[in-house]
Amino acid sequence: MASQEVLREEPSRGSFINDPKVRGYVFQVVVVILLVAGVWWVVDNVIENLQRLHISSGFGYLKSRAGFDISVSAIPYTSDSTYGRAILVGLINTLIVAVAGIITATIIGFIVGIGRLSRNWLIRKICMVYVEIFRNIPPLLVIFFWYSGVLAVLPVVRESIGLPFGSFLNQRGFYLPRAIWGDGSWLIFVALLVGIAMAWFVARTARQRQMATGQQFPVFWTSLALIVGLPVLAYALSGFPLTFDFPKQSTFNLTGGFHIGPEFLSLYLALSCYTASFIAEIVRAGILGVSKGQSEAAGALGLRPGSILRLVVVPQAMRIVIPPLTSQYLNLTKNSSLAIAIAYPDLTATAGTVLNQTGQAVENVLIMMLVYLIISLLTSAVMNVVNARMALVER
Amino acid sequence: MKHIAIGILGAGALGLMASAASATTLDDVKAKGFLQCGTNTGLAGFAAPDDKGEWKGIDVDFCRAVAAAVFGDGTKVKFTPLSAKERFTALQSGEVDILSRNTTWTINRDTALGLNFVGVTYYDGQGFMINAKKLPGVNSALQLSGAAVCVQSGTTTELNLADYFKANKMEYNPVVFEKLEEVNAAYDAGRCDVYTTDQSGLYGIRLTLSSPADHVVLPEIISKEPLGPAVRQGDDQWYHIVKWTYFALLQAEELGITQANVEEMKTSDNPEIKRVLGQEAETKIGTDLGVSNDWVVNIVKAVGNYGEMFERNVGTGSPLKIARGINALWTKGGLQYAPPIR
Amino acid sequence: MQEHDTAWVRTEMALAQQAPAGVRGPIAWVRKNLVGSVGDVILTVLGIALVVMILPPIINWAFIDAVWTGPDRSVCATIAQGGTQPDGWSGACWAFVNAKFGQFMFGRYPIEERWRPILVAILFVALLVPLLIPRVPRKGLNAILLFLVLPIVAFVLLVGGMFGLPHVETQLWGGLLVTLSLAFVGIAVSLPFGIVLALGRRSKMPIVKMLCVIFIEFVRGIPLITVLFFASVMLPLFLPPGVSFDKFLRALIGFSLFAAAYMAEVVRGGLQAIPKGQYEGADSLGLGYWQKMNLIVLPQALKLVIPGIVNTFIGMLKDTSLVIIISMFDLLGVVKQNFSDPNWATPQTTKSGLIFAAFVFWLLCYGMSRYSMYTERRLDTGHKR
Repeated sequence: MASQEVLREEPSRGSFINDPKVRGYVFQVVVVILLVAGVWWVVDNVIENLQRLHISSGFGYLKSRAGFDISVSAIPYTSDSTYGRAILVGLINTLIVAVAGIITATIIGFIVGIGRLSRNWLIRKICMVYVEIFRNIPPLLVIFFWYSGVLAVLPVVRESIGLPFGSFLNQRGFYLPRAIWGDGSWLIFVALLVGIAMAWFVARTARQRQMATGQQFPVFWTSLALIVGLPVLAYALSGFPLTFDFPKQSTFNLTGGFHIGPEFLSLYLALSCYTASFIAEIVRAGILGVSKGQSEAAGALGLRPGSILRLVVVPQAMRIVIPPLTSQYLNLTKNSSLAIAIAYPDLTATAGTVLNQTGQAVENVLIMMLVYLIISLLTSAVMNVVNARMALVER
Repeated sequence: MKHIAIGILGAGALGLMASAASATTLDDVKAKGFLQCGTNTGLAGFAAPDDKGEWKGIDVDFCRAVAAAVFGDGTKVKFTPLSAKERFTALQSGEVDILSRNTTWTINRDTALGLNFVGVTYYDGQGFMINAKKLPGVNSALQLSGAAVCVQSGTTTELNLADYFKANKMEYNPVVFEKLEEVNAAYDAGRCDVYTTDQSGLYGIRLTLSSPADHVVLPEIISKEPLGPAVRQGDDQWYHIVKWTYFALLQAEELGITQANVEEMKTSDNPEIKRVLGQEAETKIGTDLGVSNDWVVNIVKAVGNYGEMFERNVGTGSPLKIARGINALWTKGGLQYAPPIR
Repeated sequence: MQEHDTAWVRTEMALAQQAPAGVRGPIAWVRKNLVGSVGDVILTVLGIALVVMILPPIINWAFIDAVWTGPDRSVCATIAQGGTQPDGWSGACWAFVNAKFGQFMFGRYPIEERWRPILVAILFVALLVPLLIPRVPRKGLNAILLFLVLPIVAFVLLVGGMFGLPHVETQLWGGLLVTLSLAFVGIAVSLPFGIVLALGRRSKMPIVKMLCVIFIEFVRGIPLITVLFFASVMLPLFLPPGVSFDKFLRALIGFSLFAAAYMAEVVRGGLQAIPKGQYEGADSLGLGYWQKMNLIVLPQALKLVIPGIVNTFIGMLKDTSLVIIISMFDLLGVVKQNFSDPNWATPQTTKSGLIFAAFVFWLLCYGMSRYSMYTERRLDTGHKR
């Protein structure tokens, strides 16, 4: 014992310089000094450059009048609005295309991913070709292809392709009838909300009853009846207040109705197609990652193939799928900045225009970066919550 | 692995980094041995590479004139094609020594962006172009309500457009692109009904469309677009050299000095011509400016006078066929006027 | 022991018989793979319909009706469009690609100097191919030549300005030359830099760790376009007055930093997968930090993440196309630029050019992913279950 004590008490025989702890501290101090010096140098240069060149700085310009128009805006915006609002319009446009793209990419991705595991040889091959083509082409090229290869060669306005329900397709985009809600249409929305609330309640009660008694209840059909039926009933009761504004031919364009420009369409289609090919691979890996014993065991318990997929395979596959799926969603959102190559006014494009009009490069690029960073962090946070909930199923 | 990175970066940095922290732009340019000139990426008549990759246009000729004034050799100039977005940063940061890229002179650009415009090499105004074949009966910009309008982003054009339609209570649908080529392609493909930019630009762009004859430029001019070269603030000597190069081009035209006759003109009896061409005894006009005394001779030898430059690039000698109009000399009813060189 | 009469027991194995006709041969294959159930039949019919709908028009357009050579747009335009083709004709205009091929490869690189990029390409292939084939010896020397010597030689050759070679400005570079040089430098810089970042992120030094985390997460949270904007419009303001970088170099820096952050995450995945025992084993042998990493951990970790690394490379190659947004002309940029050439502007030119560019990118990316799968199989030494 004594000798051990002595050994332990003995001071480190190595020199002071070789002590990893000391080295660590020294190294970190050096890093911090270098970093601070670097940042100081850059900031100093920026300030000196801005002053020397008499470039105005600060974020005050965000409150000045923008003076330019934006073609697509979800919130009211005119050339009298501020630069800040112009950037906000861009942000909303980015979010719209990202959310729409994520939904479509997920749907296509799941279909193709499951298709690659189909027993049907032809379907397997078609899905494989899809994945291998889109995965290996730059997304920008896909966007250009939709924009100048497909949508730009559609007929001119006067020869628009008429589609069902009074909608039209031409090289200026896709024209749909716009719904005009008359008096009393609020009742429909209330009915829809009530329907959703009741469906949720029914689902909960049915689940509790199944847990308690084992009896099943046709939740799906009841919910569908509630969610669709109630608004339809309200629509009839309030005297059919819904009318449509159909697009009509005028001197230049089709006017009226709801217009989706080719810029949005090509960006949306390209992002969906491109990201779907990655999601398909993720889904395939996820399903293959669930061991075969699981579905065999489920089969032995007497579950039908549909139920096996829904209750056993998919919940486990989702655990594998969600983390990479999150990064694909983030990639899609970031790739939506390619909008600038065509004329869709997303965040990058509007902030870029503001940069041009004000000449304040530093502030605008910073805003752009920070907004994307916040979107990314929020998306990751949401998906982490989803992931955590999914992970519980594992037990 | 780390050595590789350092090696590559080092090699790259050595060759590509242009370090020149000298006092004035003139010393800087002289030390480099050439003038770095920021131009348009491709606008016929102003700055566009021809089939052989040779830059042609009134804006690039102006840079050649400055190079001639500085070096006595109009070829000592390199061109940096810049997009609308990059142009100001490129000048501010010193990437280019002069920005000659059909840029409109505005107060905001003089004050908030830290530029100094030297003059107006081309008085322009914003106009509209439509496809007359597809839109028969439209002959005024006031009939354009509801049209889709193609425009380049980040330009004064974009702002004038918004103001014009607002003032006339008309609606429009802006289709905004980053690059001129993209606007051209979209307009040519029929994505929009109307193309708007500076009128001179419209004439140049019309030539590149698939069927130029179908397109007409509407008569309305909705704005003042004085286009001119700009330099950085804070270097008065350089500012003066560029400014007086511009005036020298005008003065040469006023005195009838051309590329062809400049050598004979040197022996002219006219005291004004002698003074301008630096043939006066003991003259210090050029050296006071920071260049040689025969700087005007060099300029005219390199690119001719302003009138020749105009006719060759955008006027009757070019496919654009734009009339001199307000760009004529003041003596002929135009706006181009140079203070005396004395 | 009682003797049994086993005469009726067979002493030889029965000869294997062929499987019934229903479970072998093409018919069985069709039955199993195409018409297994009602649903399968429906899917097969739909699939065949899809193929029939898509494939013949594509083949027609790309090969049968395509125009392969020609002097200008007239060969690719219908009579109504001012060309020589009959009305209603629609086919690929490969003549356009043919005529502009030099530009697509080298951009505006002077024609009399084009032997220089060609020589670099030959050297590159000559060094790359032996590195890729596992049986060829002297991998270390080969790698040094490829990653250390070649960049210097390529730099001298491409930029020029020394040894009597005329200087070629990077503004004149374009096409596949720009795409590949951006991708190569990005790869060569991002891998070591990414490894350093990944080690930093797993470091026990809190400040180093924090800085690496901030850098990685920040870069991964923003789109490449904003990084390129940063490099093209903001970076010049960060430098002292009078110092300026070439635009190409600025794009390279932005691009490499961006790629390094992604590479760091891939490498970190590999570091985490190495069992703790390996680290402890190295420690107990008395190895220092760098010895431990270089000799024990990294060789195992990098092998594990080869697919991830190659995927990042593929992503980078595809991302090079974004430099078009800061007006640099990579392959896609040059192709797009040529659409506005009035000598070739036809409705078919656009599609043909884009498909050509897509094909080149596809070939490079697909080749890389195939090679990565091959390497993965070859190096699979049983770490994975």
